[in-house]
Amino acid sequence: MYEFTYQRADTLGDAKTKLGSGDDPKLLAGGQTILPTMKQRLASPSHLIDIGNLSELQNISVESGHVTIGAGVKHADVASSAEIKSAIPGLAALAGEIGDPHVRHMGTLGGSIANNDPASDYPAACLGLGATIITDTREISADDFFTGMFETALGDDEIITAVRFPKPEKSGYMKFPNPASRYAVVGVFIAQHGNGVKVAVTGAAPCVFRWSEAETALNSKLSADAISSLTVPASDMNSDLHASAEYRAHLVGVMARRAIDILS
Amino acid sequence: MGFDISVSVDGQQHVIDVEPRLLLIQALREKLKITGPHIGCESGRCGACVVLMNGHAVKSCMTLAVQADGAKVITAAGLAEDKRGRELQSAFHKHHALQCGYCTPGMLCAAVDLLEENLDPDDHEIREALRGNLCRCTGYQHIVDAVKDAAHELSSSRAHAEGGEA
Repeated sequence: MYEFTYQRADTLGDAKTKLGSGDDPKLLAGGQTILPTMKQRLASPSHLIDIGNLSELQNISVESGHVTIGAGVKHADVASSAEIKSAIPGLAALAGEIGDPHVRHMGTLGGSIANNDPASDYPAACLGLGATIITDTREISADDFFTGMFETALGDDEIITAVRFPKPEKSGYMKFPNPASRYAVVGVFIAQHGNGVKVAVTGAAPCVFRWSEAETALNSKLSADAISSLTVPASDMNSDLHASAEYRAHLVGVMARRAIDILS
Repeated sequence: MGFDISVSVDGQQHVIDVEPRLLLIQALREKLKITGPHIGCESGRCGACVVLMNGHAVKSCMTLAVQADGAKVITAAGLAEDKRGRELQSAFHKHHALQCGYCTPGMLCAAVDLLEENLDPDDHEIREALRGNLCRCTGYQHIVDAVKDAAHELSSSRAHAEGGEA
């Protein structure tokens, strides 16, 4: 790991000021992605600004129509929250399947979505649930937030403070995990809302996406049969040593059908 | 530029000067000479470096020492002072849950974290709790057996203690 300057933020405002100075500053929350990336020298930020202890980012609030989770809330706390399990069981279950317990004790919601790894889990929940990403300056709909591989709509010195998830009638997430890393080779999050069904696919393509053909079919009939004849084009899929594009395209259908079977 | 951190390790308070890029595992092993937690892959995959930080199992090779400022860290050596640690130690011995022992400090910390919340885990729950810990010797089954046995001993001794008080 190359040298960097470490700064601990005491408040959100302090983090914002620190993020505005320095050549190439990055935020440090749990560090479960940025630290391995820096060790591999794939990233070499000039400054790491530690927001891991900011109390402003740690709240979970459940209101009638939605659940708001602070950007600094750790995966393990989302997975074990009785309130989230009751309000959006599919979201709590997804958080409990990220990585392994040790990663879940450090990794955060904000860190995961800001990184927008094409194989990470939370982006699928954000898109499938129609979440709103709340930053220190504005609110961004999930549909506009995830813009490409490791790319988001965030500005250089913009900080995610929370994510607001509308409560669906039912939701469920099914992933085919890489057996070593537990990243999604393909993961599908499906949610039934009052105004229709959303189907979000992660792991398969360079960026999380909504499978609109499946949404249309499931709006007519919410059952696995309704999408059994649908396929996604392999030409749009990722291909690597873990799975070919054709295999990923196949898995999208399989995971979507299985997700329908576990909607709760 | 160095950074002074204050950290409690296995019950002992330390103030150490660390470079920001120093990992917690390096601070423990190189600065404090606490060699219970091992460096295996150093890339967050193997779990040999797992310690308990403020009660939760974390990978000390994926944590900066500066992130542990003010924290309470327990390593496998510190588990000798913990009832669950002692019960796991004897169950690992009884069930031959280690051969080379390189993964054992991380396994013990991960297992203690599980037993904190669940004294009646089934095989699946144990394997999920140990998901981040690799063992190249045992094939895992003996470790699962040991954790289950330790959980059983702890829950029966707790039930016994509660019965005694009543």
